[in-house]
Amino acid sequence: MKRIYVNEKWCLGCHLCEYYCAFANSGKDDMVKALKNITIHPRIRIEEKNAVSFAVSCRHCTEPLCVKSCITGALKAVDGVIEIDQGKCVGCYTCILACPYGAVSPSPDGVIQKCELCVQRGGSPACVTGCPNQAIVFEER
Amino acid sequence: MKYVIIGNSAAAVGCVEGIRSVDREGEITVVSREGHHTYSRPLISYLLLGKTDREKMKYRPDSFYSDNGVRFLPGRAAVEIDPAGKTVTLDDGACLPYDKLLVATGSHPFVPPIEGLDGVENRCTFSSLDDALALEALLTPQTRVLILGAGLIGLKCAEGIAARVASVSVVDMAGRVLPSILDETAAALVQKQIEKHGVRFFLSRSVERFCGGTAVLTDKTQQDFDVLVVAVGVRPNVELVQKAGGAVGRGVTVDERCATTLPDIYAAGDCTESLDITTGERKVLALLPGAYMQGEAAGVNMAGGEKLYDRAIPMNAIGFFGYHMITAGSYDGEEYVVQKGADYKKLVTGDGVLKGYLLLGSVERAGIYTALIRNRTPLASVDFDLIKEKPQLMAFSKTERLRQLGSRR
Ligand SMILES: Cc1cc2nc3c(=O)[nH]c(=O)nc-3n(C[C@H](O)[C@H](O)[C@H](O)COP(=O)(O)OP(=O)(O)OC[C@H]3O[C@@H](n4cnc5c(N)ncnc54)[C@H](O)[C@@H]3O)c2cc1C
Repeated sequence: MKRIYVNEKWCLGCHLCEYYCAFANSGKDDMVKALKNITIHPRIRIEEKNAVSFAVSCRHCTEPLCVKSCITGALKAVDGVIEIDQGKCVGCYTCILACPYGAVSPSPDGVIQKCELCVQRGGSPACVTGCPNQAIVFEER
Repeated sequence: MKYVIIGNSAAAVGCVEGIRSVDREGEITVVSREGHHTYSRPLISYLLLGKTDREKMKYRPDSFYSDNGVRFLPGRAAVEIDPAGKTVTLDDGACLPYDKLLVATGSHPFVPPIEGLDGVENRCTFSSLDDALALEALLTPQTRVLILGAGLIGLKCAEGIAARVASVSVVDMAGRVLPSILDETAAALVQKQIEKHGVRFFLSRSVERFCGGTAVLTDKTQQDFDVLVVAVGVRPNVELVQKAGGAVGRGVTVDERCATTLPDIYAAGDCTESLDITTGERKVLALLPGAYMQGEAAGVNMAGGEKLYDRAIPMNAIGFFGYHMITAGSYDGEEYVVQKGADYKKLVTGDGVLKGYLLLGSVERAGIYTALIRNRTPLASVDFDLIKEKPQLMAFSKTERLRQLGSRR
């Protein structure tokens, strides 16, 4: 299965992945309208310090601790993609306690949001296609 | 292969999924005293709060039993295990043969002997969907509720009903709320938050006796109430294993493969005691994630695979009225504490590893801390100043990060 992998050597720390992610999950078709004057809540996040930067998003683990820990059954693996049913999630944050990568986060309305590899959109995830330097790739490893 | 599972909650579901990851064919029978489709026990307070409903609180979809080829026997209780004949007898006299058996019977609420308790008309516990429905049926906007116990279950109950009743009072012998997971500073912050929603606390005292709808506390003050909720703790359901001759400590004794001391009988979840790797003590870690993972490991092993459940730690993620806390591990060791208003953080280190942590308010990315504890990562191999600042992968070496973000996990 294809997953997102990060090559920190190539990361420019430009944060474009965060914007493309927020846009892809906004449900809007105009990027400016979707993001202008809005605090974005992307599912991929850049960590940066001095000259080092890299993007972090869900690893879609084969042994997903978040899924196993989820107290409601809202998190599940669908063909290897870890998906969240936001209608079922009550925002207890047990998955935040469990994820070793810090890759699940509360959405503005309190329930959990996470990278779902843009499965609804199809094709490569938006962060990958939007990365200007191929620091984020979508491949089989 | 014939598998029988006693119980139908997190550990049982983990076991079904564990068995099916190895064996698609064997016959699985699930026996459940509760008559419901598998549901998320922690959600009973959210049900009263209106944050979930009967449909959404199902722990697995309606098709769970048929998808997994499970024969589901709801509303039936196992009354005896015969380890020599390898059978389980049910309350209706039926006798189920097994090749491998899982005991996932969970726990039951402890009701302490208090003078006059039997004379209290409206009395509930808060551990099951039926408990929650029974409590709900007693609630009106005029109801005064008295909750015995300021632990996780008592406080979750308080949160669930606070807006629906006239008053909620909580009595606990301990001097602070959530004494098993919070220190004094954190407990005071949480108590204040809950008090904002009208819940009143009577700590450091217990009920001496009940006279109908009046509780006389040990400090001789009195509390009048209409409904009493007893939530002072739970006890593991160990009787079936004990009667069959299996070893029982605080809970059912199991090894890392989740096997009991009886042949072909496994146990998982709240009915067992596990080894807390942060203290080396065996205790009952009554937690849903642990129950699922232990059940899953048991299932894999029952089906002939190999999976160890050997990294148990106490851990909790919980919130009250939007105020969140995440805690893990144990608190014996050197402390690093930061407090900024309602945000509170405590990290505890010892023997060169992170032993435990407590986050209140800001809990983002806490799992990075949890992983340090579970993996017993030597702190010498990470930048601990960065870890202290916040949970972040930047604290790891480039090589470790490449492993985490650049390879299949
Ligand atoms: C109000 C509340 C809030 C909670 N909140 C949290 C939380 O936020 N996070 C967390 O991690 N945990 C929480 N917990 C704890 C969590 O619910 C348990 O850790 C978890 O349910 C344990 O799962 P289990 O499968 O071991 O047992 P249980 O869920 O206790 O299930 C055991 C099942 O076995 C059945 N059974 C018992 N004996 C027999 C028998 N002889 N024959 C047939 N069936 C039998 C019972 O009817 C029951 O259905 C909470 C619990 C409560 C009550």
